[in-house]
Amino acid sequence: MTGQADFTQALLDPKQAVPEGLVDPQGRPAPKRFDVYRNNVAVSLTDALETAFPVIHKLLGDDFFRAMAGVYLRAHPPSSALMMYYGAAMPAFLRSFEPVSHLPYLADVARLEIAIREAYHSADSTPIAPETLGALAPNDLMQARFTLAPALRIVTSDWPIHALWQFNMAGGPKPQMQAQDVMVARPEFDPVQTVLPVGAAMFVTALGQDEPLGTAFERVTQTHSDFDLSATLGCLLGASVLTSLTIGPPT
Amino acid sequence: MSTTAKTLAVAGAVAAALSVQMTTPAHAQAQEKCFGVSLAGENDCAAGPGTSCAGTSTVDYQGNAWTLVEAGTCADIELPAMADGTARMGSLEAQDRDLPA
Repeated sequence: MTGQADFTQALLDPKQAVPEGLVDPQGRPAPKRFDVYRNNVAVSLTDALETAFPVIHKLLGDDFFRAMAGVYLRAHPPSSALMMYYGAAMPAFLRSFEPVSHLPYLADVARLEIAIREAYHSADSTPIAPETLGALAPNDLMQARFTLAPALRIVTSDWPIHALWQFNMAGGPKPQMQAQDVMVARPEFDPVQTVLPVGAAMFVTALGQDEPLGTAFERVTQTHSDFDLSATLGCLLGASVLTSLTIGPPT
Repeated sequence: MSTTAKTLAVAGAVAAALSVQMTTPAHAQAQEKCFGVSLAGENDCAAGPGTSCAGTSTVDYQGNAWTLVEAGTCADIELPAMADGTARMGSLEAQDRDLPA
């Protein structure tokens, strides 16, 4: 009888022989049945990738994407039974996949698509009321530390990834060359994207690491003198990603 | 910037952000789940594969498809080279071989 490892290997490699011991009800070898099964595995995983990366699919076209998916699914078969998370290795794959090396923005677009999916499946959270911030004395404000929403994802990029997404998914205008950092959050039911001002990604990351507001602000202004804290806070409050506030050093 | 100046800058920024929040009408309007009306491609498949929005298909593209030229929208997007002049992207030059039929 064939081991599971042989079966799995043969499943993803059409050049491998049909595993021994697979027989039809009459006891005869059943290579065609295995071929059908093998094909269905490849097709369903290709479909899963197409659903997971609609923008990459559109950017590359159906034929190219599905052929590429065939390579991907054999190099990176699912490691979890949860298909909604399939494709986590796609950004790294796109970075090293020679036929798309002339499209360096693909990997970052894939990161954005993964962030949207992760945000969709993240836990709900309740934001703090914006007035809570307004009620703080200036010195307390500097010491304020925040918990961020589980759905929050930050995708930084040297490419106009949000514009590329809009162009392909929502009829947006043709992307102009610019770096775009995107925040994905889920203030209500569906993931919402916000293009972040310069330095905001670093600021949010610092808050996420439990840095007080004042320290995070100082850190960002050291490298981004034009950092706009007001606009950044507007983004965070608007996307409901600040979910709790404490004053003072970590306990 | 002195500590006091920083504190004032932060407090001012918070006040400014809050005043914008309070005057944004969209913020007061809570979402309500409404099925069957989402814009095409906007949110309807954000759930990803393995969910009810994943379709089914029966044909696999196998074999050496690497000679295919991308037929998607990446060819429509013209983005200039980066500041350092490298990594030119977009405006794919159409190749006269292996074009999909």
